[in-house]
Amino acid sequence: MDSKSLIGTYNKKGQKIVDPDYLFFEAPRERHFMTGSEVVREAIKRANVDVSIAYPITPQSEAAAMVGDLYVEGYVGEYFRGENEFAVMSECAGASFGGARVFTTTSGPGTLRAYENFPMWVGSRLPIMLNMMVRGVNSPLSIQPDTLEIGLIIDTGMLIWHAESAQEFFDFLLKGFLVAEEPDVHLPIAVCIDGFFVSHTKDDVLIPSADFVIPPYNPYRNPMPAMDMESPPVRMMRDPFVMKSNYISYATQASWQQETRAACERSRKHTIRLLGGLIEEDNSDAEILIVSSGTAVAQGREAKRLLAEEGIKVGIVKIKTIRPFPYEEVRQATKNAKIIFVPEFNVAGWMAREIKSTIPDNHRVIAGPHVAGGMTMPPEVIVTEIKKVLAKKKETVHG
Amino acid sequence: MGKEKIKINPEFYDIMPVEYQELVEEGTYGKEDRGWKDVGESKELIEEHSLCAGCPESIAFRYVLACLPAPEDTIMVGSTGCTSLVFPHVAVHNIHSLFGNQNAVASGLKRALSYRFPDKVKDVVVLAGDGATVDIGLDMTLQSWFRQEKFTTICFDNELYANTGGQSSGLMQKGFVAKMAPAGKKFDKVNLPEIAKVSGCHYVAKMTVSKPNRVEKAIRQAILIAREVGPTYIQLYTPCILEIGKQMMEGLQEMRDSEGPNKRFEFEEYISEEAKAYLETIDPKKKKKKAITA
Ligand SMILES: Cc1ncc(C[n+]2csc(CCOP(=O)(O)OP(=O)(O)O)c2C)c(N)n1
Ligand code: SF4
Repeated sequence: MDSKSLIGTYNKKGQKIVDPDYLFFEAPRERHFMTGSEVVREAIKRANVDVSIAYPITPQSEAAAMVGDLYVEGYVGEYFRGENEFAVMSECAGASFGGARVFTTTSGPGTLRAYENFPMWVGSRLPIMLNMMVRGVNSPLSIQPDTLEIGLIIDTGMLIWHAESAQEFFDFLLKGFLVAEEPDVHLPIAVCIDGFFVSHTKDDVLIPSADFVIPPYNPYRNPMPAMDMESPPVRMMRDPFVMKSNYISYATQASWQQETRAACERSRKHTIRLLGGLIEEDNSDAEILIVSSGTAVAQGREAKRLLAEEGIKVGIVKIKTIRPFPYEEVRQATKNAKIIFVPEFNVAGWMAREIKSTIPDNHRVIAGPHVAGGMTMPPEVIVTEIKKVLAKKKETVHG
Repeated sequence: MGKEKIKINPEFYDIMPVEYQELVEEGTYGKEDRGWKDVGESKELIEEHSLCAGCPESIAFRYVLACLPAPEDTIMVGSTGCTSLVFPHVAVHNIHSLFGNQNAVASGLKRALSYRFPDKVKDVVVLAGDGATVDIGLDMTLQSWFRQEKFTTICFDNELYANTGGQSSGLMQKGFVAKMAPAGKKFDKVNLPEIAKVSGCHYVAKMTVSKPNRVEKAIRQAILIAREVGPTYIQLYTPCILEIGKQMMEGLQEMRDSEGPNKRFEFEEYISEEAKAYLETIDPKKKKKKAITA
C-alpha cells in the first residue's frame, strides 16, 4: 500500500486524503485566533494520527486533553492516559513499533522522566512526533517557560525543531510527520515551543479546512520491519542488539549510531523544501546580529526595531532546526558579523555554545542575554545588553 | 495464514540460509495442534541461544514458543536480561527496547495492532525476567493490568538478577545471601501471583517448567484469555543454575525440589469467572455437547 495512492480517498473519519503539498502550500486557509494548545488540536485533526498517549504536565496538559477529544470524535484512532512519562514514551514506542503514526506531548520534568526512551526511539528508527512545550526543570519547582530541556535532548539523535509562533507551530507539526517518516530519515522528531509564550497566548493562525488530512503513515516505507508479523520474522532483533565483547559487535553499534546521525542529516533536503530553509535571515549583512531560536527571536526582532530608532543597525538569524543544526547556513549568515548576540531563555546558554562551535572567530559570540526560571526577556533587556557591549568595544578601541 | 508470509520466492530459494529454508519447510506456523511435543520433531521457532549450558530458561523458552497458539500472528516483547540474549534467535517479531518497560511497550503495541487490524487477531506476549517484571518495571506491569490491556505477561523467575551477575531481586527468597543483599535478603519473596489477581489479571499461573504439559496448557489458556477477556500472567521458575551453584544437569531436579506441596513453586492457577465462561465457549467438548442438545 503506497500512501500516495490513497490521495483522493477518504479516511475512517471521512476526511479527504490530500497531497501534503496541496495541504501545505495551496489549500485555501482561514484565519483563526487561537492558543498554541488549540493549534495542537487543529494540526492533529489534520494529521491522520493512529495513536496518542497522554500524561498531564503544565503547560501541555490542555493540548494533550484536546487530543483526547479528537479521539472521541473519531479523528485519532487510539488514545489513553499513561502512568508516567517514562511509560508513556515506551507505550508510544510500542505503538510505533506496531506500525502506528504516534503523537504525544510533554514538558520539563516530563521530558527528563522520559529521557531513556529518546535515544532508544532513535536507535529503533521510530518516527514518533513528540511535542515539547518547554518549561523549567526542578529544583526549585517551576512551571514557567524555560528552554533548558531542549539543550538536554540535543544529542539524543532526534530531529529537533523549534517553532517561534502559533503559525509556525501548526505548520511544523504537520510537516514534521512527513519529514520524520521519510524512509531515508525515519527518526523521532521533537517539535518544541516555548511553554506559555506560545502554548497559552492567542495568535493569528491560518489553517486549511479540516475536511483534508495528510496521507496516513505507511509502516512499510520503513528502513526496519514493522513489528506486526505481516512480514517474515527475520531472526534478528529490530534494534541490533549486540551485547558481546568483540570487534564486530562494537562495529555494529558504532556504524548504527553513525547511520542514525546520518539519517538526521539526510532530513535536511526534505526539511528545506517544506520549511523553506533551516534558518531565516533578516538583514543578516549587518555587523551586529541576533541569532537564536523560538520566542527569543521574537524578542530580538523587537529589539532590532528599537535599536533602529536609535540608528543602530541589527540583523536577525532565526534557527528553525536545532537538529540537524544548520552549520553551513549559520556560518554563511554570520560571515560579515562583528558581534553576534544569542538571547536565550535558559541558564546554560546551549544555543550560544552551538553557535560558538560552528563559526570561525567565535569570540564574536556574546552568550546572552539569557534569562531563566520563567523570567521574561523584554526587548529592552536585549537592547541594553547590546549597547553595553558596544560601549565597551568603543572604550577598548579608544582607550 | 500459516506459512504464507514466510514462503520463499523460488528464484531466491537456494541463496536463503538453510535455517530459513527449514523454517519454511518444517516450521509449525499455522499448525492448529502445535505444542511442546513438536520440540525436536519439527523446526523450532528458536534457532539457538547463548544462555549458559543447561540453563532452564532455554527449555522454558522453547516450550513457550512451541505452545504459542498462533505464532504467525504473535509479537513478543522482551526486556534486558538473560532472555534478551535469546530473542535475536527467535522467529516471531519481537521487540527489545529498554530494561523494565516491557508492559508499557506491549500496551502501546497491542493498542496499535488492534487499531490497525480490526479484523485479525494479533497476540502480544511479554516475556521478561523477574527483575524486569517485579522491580524496575513493577509499576508498568501493574498499570497494564489495571488498564485491562489484552496481552499475556510471562515472567521467567530465576529469583535474582542473573544477567548482571546474581544480585538480589524482589522475587528472591528471604534470607538468601546474594550480591547487594550481603547479609541476606531482608524481606519476603514478593507474591506477584496474588498481586496479579487483585490487579485485574483474568488468568494467573505459577509453576516450574518441569512439566511441559502443564506449561503448554497454561500458555495456551493465558494467550486465548488475553485475546478476548483481559490481561493474564504466568510465573515460571527457571532457576539460574550459575548463580545458585548448580551443575549443568541439575536444573530439572532443582525445579522438582521446589514444586512439591507447600513449596514456593507449588502449582497454582487462578481463572476469573469471566475467563472461565469464555473458556467454556471455546472448549471443543462442550461445544459438541451443545450442538447435540440443540
Ligand atoms: C535502566 C537500566 N538499569 C539497569 C540495567 C542493568 N541490567 C541489565 S539486565 C539486569 C538484570 C536483569 O534481571 P532479570 O530481569 O531478573 O533477568 P535475568 O537476567 O535474571 O534473566 C540489569 C539490572 C539496565 N540495562 N538498564
Ligand atoms: S546466568 Fe543464570 S539465568 Fe542467565 S543464562 Fe546463565 S544460568 Fe541462565
